[in-house]
Amino acid sequence: MDSVLPVTDRGGPVQPLLLAKGLRKHFPIPGGLLGRTTKVVRAVDDLSLSVAKGETLGVVGESGCGKSTVARLLMRLIRPDKGTMVLDGDPVDEPHGITLNELRRQVQMVFQDSYASLNPRLTIVETLAFAPRAHGLAGAEAKARSRDLLAKVGLDPNNFADRYPHELSGGQRQRVNIARALALRPRLVILDEAVSALDKSVEAQVLNMLVDLKEEFGLTYIFISHDLNVVQYLSDRVMVMYLGKIVEIGAVEAIYGDPQHPYTRALLSARPSMDPRRRTREAPIQGDPPNPIDPPSGCRFRTRCPFAEDVCGKAEPLLTDTGAQEVACHMRIRGSGHTRAP
Amino acid sequence: MLLYALRRLIYLVPVAFGVSLLVFALVHLAPGDPISAIVPPDAPKEVVDKLKEYYGFDKPLPVQYGRWLLVTLSGDFGTSIGTGRPVAQEVGSAFGNTIILAIAACLLAFSLAVVLGTAAAYAKSRMVDRLVTSISLVGVSVPHFWLAIVLVIVFSVELGMLPPMGIGPENATGWRLDWPHIQHMILPTIALSVIPLGVMTRTVRSTIKEILSLEFVTALQAKGMNDRQILFHVLKNAAPVCLAVMGLQAGNLIGGSILIETVFAWPGTGFLLNSAIFRRDLPILQGTTLVLAFFFMVLNLTVDVIQTMVDPRIKRG
Amino acid sequence: MAIQSPSLDMTTAAAPAPVARPATRSYWQQVGRRLRRDPVTLVCGGILLLIVLAALGAPWLGLADPYKTSMLRRLYPIGSPNFPLGTDELGRDMLSRLIYGGRLSLFMGVTPVICALLIGGALGITAGFMGGRVNMLIMRIMDVFYAFPSVLLAISLSGAMGAGAENTLLALTLVFIPPICRVSESVTTQVRGFDFVDAARASGAGTLTIVRVHVLGNVLGPILVYATSLISVAIILAAGLSFLGLGVKPPEPEWGLMLNTLRQAIYVNPLLAALPGVMIFITSICFNLMSDGLRAAMDVKA
Repeated sequence: MDSVLPVTDRGGPVQPLLLAKGLRKHFPIPGGLLGRTTKVVRAVDDLSLSVAKGETLGVVGESGCGKSTVARLLMRLIRPDKGTMVLDGDPVDEPHGITLNELRRQVQMVFQDSYASLNPRLTIVETLAFAPRAHGLAGAEAKARSRDLLAKVGLDPNNFADRYPHELSGGQRQRVNIARALALRPRLVILDEAVSALDKSVEAQVLNMLVDLKEEFGLTYIFISHDLNVVQYLSDRVMVMYLGKIVEIGAVEAIYGDPQHPYTRALLSARPSMDPRRRTREAPIQGDPPNPIDPPSGCRFRTRCPFAEDVCGKAEPLLTDTGAQEVACHMRIRGSGHTRAP
Repeated sequence: MLLYALRRLIYLVPVAFGVSLLVFALVHLAPGDPISAIVPPDAPKEVVDKLKEYYGFDKPLPVQYGRWLLVTLSGDFGTSIGTGRPVAQEVGSAFGNTIILAIAACLLAFSLAVVLGTAAAYAKSRMVDRLVTSISLVGVSVPHFWLAIVLVIVFSVELGMLPPMGIGPENATGWRLDWPHIQHMILPTIALSVIPLGVMTRTVRSTIKEILSLEFVTALQAKGMNDRQILFHVLKNAAPVCLAVMGLQAGNLIGGSILIETVFAWPGTGFLLNSAIFRRDLPILQGTTLVLAFFFMVLNLTVDVIQTMVDPRIKRG
Repeated sequence: MAIQSPSLDMTTAAAPAPVARPATRSYWQQVGRRLRRDPVTLVCGGILLLIVLAALGAPWLGLADPYKTSMLRRLYPIGSPNFPLGTDELGRDMLSRLIYGGRLSLFMGVTPVICALLIGGALGITAGFMGGRVNMLIMRIMDVFYAFPSVLLAISLSGAMGAGAENTLLALTLVFIPPICRVSESVTTQVRGFDFVDAARASGAGTLTIVRVHVLGNVLGPILVYATSLISVAIILAAGLSFLGLGVKPPEPEWGLMLNTLRQAIYVNPLLAALPGVMIFITSICFNLMSDGLRAAMDVKA
């Protein structure tokens, strides 16, 4: 048995690599006199998504919108309250499907904080060899593989293998984290703000390396970031989140070229443009996102939306196909009752 | 705020239950038959009978515990085997004496610790810092019951300045505010204060040092505040941490006073506990332990709540 | 487009490896190096080693019999011929008894901390790593023990169980389990929150493997430092119990018990009566300073 060889494709290129349906995670907040739960943070609410083989799905949104929770849910680092996942045709954690262990071999993750995600007591090669060894690879083999991986992420194994994390720079540590995610030969890598903490020049280097690695290993990425430019550079499709929900999802050209949801428009217009002819016309978003403990009824964006009407508070807009992308906005839903609806 | 205090109070109930269970178990920790363990061989028959009835030793353990708890909750802690007086009465009068000593020791230790610790944290010369650090090291390292003996040797035996034992002149059993009684208090107070003094000095010094290294202090200096005004801000920020440690020390001091009270024959709970152990007077042992543990619990709760009030960063609603 | 950068990184891949990079040391090697350079810790360690070696090798040091009493030479002062540190209230050689006393005094102080470290550490790490109900159960039980001042708990327990070295050891172990457990729990909870533990879980490794590789290495240090800081407390407390007559029984030489039996001599020979306490004091100071040194040495920042 060798459980650390790359997994071959099963369902063909059309079958999505990962399908998630109705994922929900509410975090209880202990309160009240006896510490009983009285409130919940609705971090992720009935979220469905699919990731095609070989694509990069970008995920954007303000901080606190549930991006990281989605990543941890997809890795099953936290247990969803509700929802199902299917990995290349196999249901996850269900009687006839694949185990969590198998899921975690095919799906890996790179964390934002490059320092906190490396065990300070282990050398780089020990960190990299941990996962293959846990999957039954012999020590020497795991070490050899780790050194190969180091070279792949642009770190000289002879120089770096026996160092400790604190002896590395932030960019180097993040390269190690990427190498660790690749150690089990996964198919899907979730990059949770993986480059956000890096200096701009280092960030560019790491991003380019990610592009190269994707090609070399035939990877699929879920790329989570609050940096819209980086997402545009890397992604094939983009998913925009607001308070634990998807507000818009579609091809990167559609989202950036013709954003439909007022939130997406506001987000995009808020980024500074280098081109003086492309002035911001959209009004910037007002205020902070509402408290996810008690999100607004109906459309969650309505409290900050310049176009909000009665219907927005009454009914929740569902994701609706508008041709190029899917949007969750009453203005784009035929017959929703909104005055601007088609 | 009030909600937090109330919640802490409610949380105290299961802990108090556990404490009562542990105190009840003390009788059964004794080797052999519990009744023979707690009764001296020469005890009169009626004492034995009374104890048997009080504990209900013939009943199963849970029933015994339930009975004991009910009786205890009603304020009846049983009867002392040694003196035949109610335990509540014995413990009550001893507790007052212990508290007086504890308050005196706390006042001495904490005021000195704040001065020493602040001085050390501010000290420009290494000498001052070293001196204070050494004092606190001695405080936490010295066996305080030995220090008590040394104090007696120096001030009572050699110099003859202070009385070596007792709470007051001529077999006094209670404390009064007059010079002879205060004279009797001086040595026990010093002996009792060394541990909290050592711990608190350390805490104050390191807390203030840490705060002094924060940027807001630099900002205050840049604003042109003088040192005294800044000290006020620093102390205000150091208060919550120091208060928490003080509370714990005050509680431990009451436990630690057992040894000191024994050395000085100070008629407090510790002295009572010690003599009860040697007379195998288990009702007194149980009663004293229970009262001290509950006092400690309430003290901790109070400190916790006060700390929450003082520290604006903690919001426990 | 924001990203405009030459292909791979130039600082790491292209640049030649830096010449003579200082050899990488593991964390524990660094701690060891720092300890060896700390004069205070070295001196304290030396003194403690001397006390321990003397206590263990006492029979070969040519000392007087520590149990041999003599009514004729009671309470000889310090500096008497043949009795450099005098004799006690039963005429036994003080020097011999002080050296032999190290055996029981150290044993009674160190053993409970070690036992409590094993039990409390295991409980605390379990509570911290498992979280949830397991944590709740373990920590609530600890809270009950925490409701007692530690000295009171030790005295009440050994008072109820009766005098004797075994009972004292048991009582002291029980006293030190809750604080060690609490420290272990909080350190483990903290470490469990780090992303590298999540990364390890994401690699599909079993819980035991994760605890062994990723948690233990990071929590043992702080727990150990805390435990060493308890040794001096334990030695004083053990001596205190013996001083009350609750610990070691006469005629065994033990510092706390010697303080007790010599109390009647404070009017006759006060210096002599204070001697055993000096031993407790020295040992306790050395343990405290060593613990401080260890703490400083382990506080390696980056």
